Amino acid sequence: MPSIKKIFSNNLSAAIFVIILVMALIALYAMMLGQMPVAIFLQHLVNGISLGSLFALIAIGYTMVYTILSMINFAHGDIFMISLYFAFFALSTFRMPWVLALVCVAVLTPLVGILVERFAYRPLRNAPKNSVLISAIGTSFLLENAATYLFGGRPKAFPDIPSLTRVISIRSVNFQVVSLVIPLITAIALAILLNFIHRTKTGIAMRAVAKDYETAKIMGVNINQIIALTFIIGSALAAVGGFMWGAKYPGITPMMGVMPGLKCFVAAVVGGISDIKGAVVGGFILGLGEVMIVALFPSISGYRDAFAFVVLIVILLVKPAGILGTRVTEKV
Amino acid sequence: MLKIENLTVTYGGITALNSVSFEAPEKKIVTLIGANGAGKSTALRAIAGLTKPASGVIQYEGKNIFGMDTQKVVAKGISLVPEGRRVFANLTVMENIRIGAYLRKDEEEIQRDRKWVFELFPILEKRSWQMAGTLSGGEQQMLAVSRALMSRPKLLMMDEPSLGLAPLVVKNIFEIIQEINKNGVTILLIEQNANMALKTADIGYVMETGKITLFGSGAELLENPHVKAAYLGTAKK
Repeated sequence: MPSIKKIFSNNLSAAIFVIILVMALIALYAMMLGQMPVAIFLQHLVNGISLGSLFALIAIGYTMVYTILSMINFAHGDIFMISLYFAFFALSTFRMPWVLALVCVAVLTPLVGILVERFAYRPLRNAPKNSVLISAIGTSFLLENAATYLFGGRPKAFPDIPSLTRVISIRSVNFQVVSLVIPLITAIALAILLNFIHRTKTGIAMRAVAKDYETAKIMGVNINQIIALTFIIGSALAAVGGFMWGAKYPGITPMMGVMPGLKCFVAAVVGGISDIKGAVVGGFILGLGEVMIVALFPSISGYRDAFAFVVLIVILLVKPAGILGTRVTEKV
Repeated sequence: MLKIENLTVTYGGITALNSVSFEAPEKKIVTLIGANGAGKSTALRAIAGLTKPASGVIQYEGKNIFGMDTQKVVAKGISLVPEGRRVFANLTVMENIRIGAYLRKDEEEIQRDRKWVFELFPILEKRSWQMAGTLSGGEQQMLAVSRALMSRPKLLMMDEPSLGLAPLVVKNIFEIIQEINKNGVTILLIEQNANMALKTADIGYVMETGKITLFGSGAELLENPHVKAAYLGTAKK
C-alpha cells in the first residue's frame, strides 16, 4: 500500500512523542524516588490513562466535526455536560440499572447533537466560517444557561454506581474499576470507529464529504445525512465519556462542560485536528500529563488546568499541524 | 432522452443561460462547444441540480427533472464528470471507484462494472491502492470518468475532460468516450477543444454568451466557416 509511508511517518512521530512523555515521567519519578512508593506512582498512572481516555472520547467529537464542517463545535463540551444530566436523571429519578442508563444516555445525547446541527449550523452552511463559529459559541452559552434554568445551578451528586466505583487492589495498587473500564471502552470505540470510516461505504462517503461537498453530491451522497451522522457519532462518544466521567468524578454543574470541552479541543489540536487517531494521542498526552504533574509536584497542583494550555502553546510553536497532522497542500 | 427547452439560469442578476434549448437523443454523443463563460458548465450544473435554474424545462426520459435535487438526478441515471476532475484526493483509487457506485446495491453487478472500468483504464487497477491525489492529471481524469461510470449512468455528462491534458492523453480519453458510447451510454460533452469534440460527436451545439447560436452534426459544424474561424482557427482569409 502506497500510504504505508505516510502512516508510518505519522505513527513514528506519535511514537516519539509518547516515548518522550514516558521517559520524562520516569525521569521525574526517579528524581522523586524515595518520596513516592512505586504503588502510588502506578496508581497515578492508571488514573492518568483513564483521564486520557476520557479526553480522547470527547476530543474525537471535535475532530470529526472539524474534518467535515471545518469548524470548531464549541457546543461539544456542553453536549457532554447535558449527557451527565441525562445520566443523573436516568440513574436517580428513573432508577435504571447503570448499563441501561448508559445506553439511554448514548441514545438521547445524540438527539441534542442533531438539534444543534440542524438549527445552529445547517442554516449557516454557506455562510462565512466566522458566522458558524459565533453560532457555536452562542449555542454553548444557550446550553449552559438552559441547563442552569432547568436543572438549577447547584451541583448535583452523580449517583454512585458500586460496580464501577468499587476499589480493587492488585499488589497493593488500588484503583477503581471505572479506571480500567474507561480505557477499554475508548479502545473498543476507536476500533469500531476506524473500521467504520475506512471499511464501510458510509465511512468512505463521510471522508468524501469532508473533502468536497459538491462532488460528493454528484456521487448521490446525501450531505445533510452524513453531517447529521457525524454529529450523532461525536455526541454519542461524548455521552459515553460523560457517563464515565460522572462515575469517576461525581459532581454535576451546568458549567462543568466548559473546562473538559476546552481541554479536549486542545487535545484534538495537539494531536492534529484532522485525524481521529490524533485526537486519541492528544487526549492521552493531556490526561496523563495533567494527572502526573499534580502527582509529582503537589505544590503546583493549583495549576493543573494550565497544563493543557501550556502543551497547546508548545505544540503550536513546534508543530503547528499537530502531532499526527500533516501540512495541507493542495494541487491546484 | 434529454430535452432542454428555454432554460434560463441567473447568478445574482447576471444571466448565464438565456433561454437555451438543446437535445441529447438516446445513445448519441452530443457536444456543446463554446468559449470561456459561454454558459456550458452552467447548463450541465443546472441539469445535475447543482445550480437552481430560473425557468425552462429539463426533460429526461419524458419526465421533468427541473430543479430536482442532485441525489435524485443521479439516482435516475445521470452522471457528471465535473470540471477539473475533482477526484477525492484523500481517498484511494479503489475508494473513489467504490463511492461512484454509492447509490447501487447490486454488489455482483458493481464487481462486473469495476472490472469493466479497469479494462478501459488498466493503469487504474495498478494504482488502486494509491491515494487519488498522487495520480497524474491524466490518471485523475481517467479516475473521474471511471467513478462516474460506476453509477451505471444512462446519460454521462462530461465537463471539459481534455482540460490541462497532454494531446496523446486527450486522444486516448476521446477514444474511451466513444467506447463508452458504444456500450449504450448517451454522452453530453462540453469542450473547448472543438476539433476533438466535433470529430467525436454525432450532434454539436455552439454556445455563445448564454445562447445557442449554431447546431448541426459534428461533421457539418467542422465545415462551418464561422466555427472554423472562431473555434478551429483554420479559416482561410
